[in-house]
Amino acid sequence: MQRFSALSLLGHALTGHRGWRPQWRRASPKASYDAVIIGGGGHGLGTAFYLASEHRLDKIAVLEKGWIGGGNTGRNTTIIRSNYLFDESAALYDHSLKLWEHLSQVLNYNVMLSQRGVMMLAHTVHDVQVIKRHVHANRANGVDNEWLSPEQAQQFCPPLNIADIRYPVLGAALQRRGGTARHDAVAWGYARAADALGVDIIENCEVTSIQRNAQGAVEAIQTTRGVIRTPRIGVAAAGNTSVIMKMAGVRLPLESYPLQALVSEPVKPVFPCVVMSNTMHAYISQSDKGELVIGAGTDAYTSYTQRGGLHISAHALEAVCELFPIFRRLRMLRNWGGIVDLTPDRSPIIARTPVPGLYVNCGWGTGGFKATPGSAHVFAWTIARDEPHPINAPFTIERFRDGHLIDEAAAAAVAH
Amino acid sequence: MLLINCPYCGTRPELEFAYGGQAHVARPPDPALLEAQPWADFLYMRDNVRGVHAERWRHTHGCGRFFNALRDTTSDRFIATYRSGDAAPQAPADDTKVAP
Repeated sequence: MQRFSALSLLGHALTGHRGWRPQWRRASPKASYDAVIIGGGGHGLGTAFYLASEHRLDKIAVLEKGWIGGGNTGRNTTIIRSNYLFDESAALYDHSLKLWEHLSQVLNYNVMLSQRGVMMLAHTVHDVQVIKRHVHANRANGVDNEWLSPEQAQQFCPPLNIADIRYPVLGAALQRRGGTARHDAVAWGYARAADALGVDIIENCEVTSIQRNAQGAVEAIQTTRGVIRTPRIGVAAAGNTSVIMKMAGVRLPLESYPLQALVSEPVKPVFPCVVMSNTMHAYISQSDKGELVIGAGTDAYTSYTQRGGLHISAHALEAVCELFPIFRRLRMLRNWGGIVDLTPDRSPIIARTPVPGLYVNCGWGTGGFKATPGSAHVFAWTIARDEPHPINAPFTIERFRDGHLIDEAAAAAVAH
Repeated sequence: MLLINCPYCGTRPELEFAYGGQAHVARPPDPALLEAQPWADFLYMRDNVRGVHAERWRHTHGCGRFFNALRDTTSDRFIATYRSGDAAPQAPADDTKVAP
């Protein structure tokens, strides 16, 4: 692996940047592996990286049906925060946020983490009560979050219109450690670091069936690029999890919905933070390229199309124009959809399954990007040791049978 | 925006409708006699089909009635809508293909 440093950048600058090599190998599938991860997004690549770096597994492959980072890793709005209500969620997402804070150093790859602050707006008395409850719960869990008056909110984000709107801003919660990161860099950084540890990253390789032995345990995967034998399979396939798990005979409490986002034409830096409004149904930040990155809600119906109804995006834009009148004449550059897998309680599943050797990491719904490092870290632990890390122990499939739901209505800034 | 053919009112824009999830999920006749797992299956487990999906819709801003539909979740194209209580029509063979 070519390591990045100020010195190496300078050296390559002097030679016209002609000496850079591909950052990871274009691997072909081998006949067998110790563990195979299905899904080459941030969660899957990160899992492979932690399996290799922390659990010292030798032969690991990541299978991706398209190109790495081309699913929800490349389709989200790159927001990072950990201000979740319940103890279980706060522990999981804050574990992730702590890993984010050192990720660029650990991977020797700049994931462009920018802790510019995430502000969640309250527009009604109910919002105020709910958000204040979140602030108190977060602080009791050691997660930073603070209550701002409308004026303080406007001071923190000057373009914000607090009074002259249908739902005036009554206050806001601010998590200063929250922010954004570069989504592609997360996939590429994990891929590069995992590849350097010997992980095979196999693109354009779609899983078509999963074979189980007489005891019921997984033994092989049929793919479009041949059969791969393995005793351990970790599934991190986001919206397509139900399809993969059905191949092993496992049914999950998941439904896949399109979630849309859009970006504007690039403009100079005008927007200093991330703002989310649950009631008005929009969230917004500005990328380092200058585009405003805007998130909309999910469509009403399940779908695998990776697109959604235009009226859903239009609804988010109306909210943005109301909250930030300076953006009213801005033009939109692109919009797209990703397929998110929602659980009934809006919390993920990171767990063993009833099938020996089969593990699943799914149900991230509308908020999986922020959890990438933490999710990958505890999922690798679960696969390597065949038991959950204490942090993901509550996130089982059986919680739906046993009634131990983790009912995170605040899993995203948009109401579900 | 989808155009949806309500079996009672005719074709209307998606905004008039509410989605009701997977169709033909029968409520167990006596939940008190069930073990936890079958009850959880009824409450939470769904097929989440990639392909032709039988699902419920309600014409909320119209007749207000529930009905069922067959829709291909890889294209969002409606194959048929039919009244609650009717059996699902057979999907044509070329609509059962799953997109790559």
